[in-house]
Amino acid sequence: MKVNVVTFPGSNCDQDVGTILSNVYGADVNYVWHREQFNDLPDLVVLPGGFSFGDYLRTGAMAKFSPAMESVFAYAKKGGRILGICNGFQILTEAGLLPGALLHNRSLKYVCKDVNLLPVANNKIAKTIRQPSLKIPIAHGEGAYYADKETLQTLEDEGNIVFRYEENPNGSLHDIAGISDKAAKIIGMMPHPERAVNPYIGNEDGKLILDAILEKLS
Amino acid sequence: MFIAKINITLKDSVLDPQGQTVLRALHDQGKSIVSDLRVGKYLEVKINTDDKSEADALAKELCESTLVNQVIETYRFVTEKL
Repeated sequence: MKVNVVTFPGSNCDQDVGTILSNVYGADVNYVWHREQFNDLPDLVVLPGGFSFGDYLRTGAMAKFSPAMESVFAYAKKGGRILGICNGFQILTEAGLLPGALLHNRSLKYVCKDVNLLPVANNKIAKTIRQPSLKIPIAHGEGAYYADKETLQTLEDEGNIVFRYEENPNGSLHDIAGISDKAAKIIGMMPHPERAVNPYIGNEDGKLILDAILEKLS
Repeated sequence: MFIAKINITLKDSVLDPQGQTVLRALHDQGKSIVSDLRVGKYLEVKINTDDKSEADALAKELCESTLVNQVIETYRFVTEKL
């Protein structure tokens, strides 16, 4: 399995997700600096968490102009599989690869804690997860998912909501913690599954999420 | 040379928790006459042209391509000759 992890200035979860994918799943991980382009077609592209370009202007707003994103757009057009985690999710929405936007948490506070995620039954990825509730860490200041009414209805109707929060920590509409495109090939989520994989941490629920996403690749 | 003075605010349909918090603080100070408050962003962009219509067109393009996320934000601007 070949994975490209794109590193932007300010990304800080690139090594975390890359290490998990390589050590736990045996993936051949290639870190792509944001100024580089890639022509290969990996099995997965990951846009990692962090604070790309210092979150200036808006979270994720500047990243979409990086040369690496041209390769990501081309890869998406060819049906490639993309996972955006936290800042990666913000980048996917800014880039228009997923609908909606991420707003400041309603509390205006940065929230860093474990939350319970509920896989949504009509989503292609989530329905393969047998556990009804997953404990996954979140760490964000701008994670309140927003989309207009029509977009939310489309997400619901087409089965594009992957996870909801059991207790909404940030004011996300419809308790949305993660969404996908209709084909479930492009996935964006605010929680960090890569931080809940190693048994030494005492929580392996994140592995169930990565298993569900990576299962389609094998 | 023109300067584009750009104001960006969240759309009316989008909850502005920062604005609500500041509004509440004003109400706590007894300023109940203040009925609403929205917090936004102000940007100044210098544009190296003497053609106002070119400056206007560029300011609009910059807003719509980069400076504004039209899913959540709305904007207005004026261009002034420097």
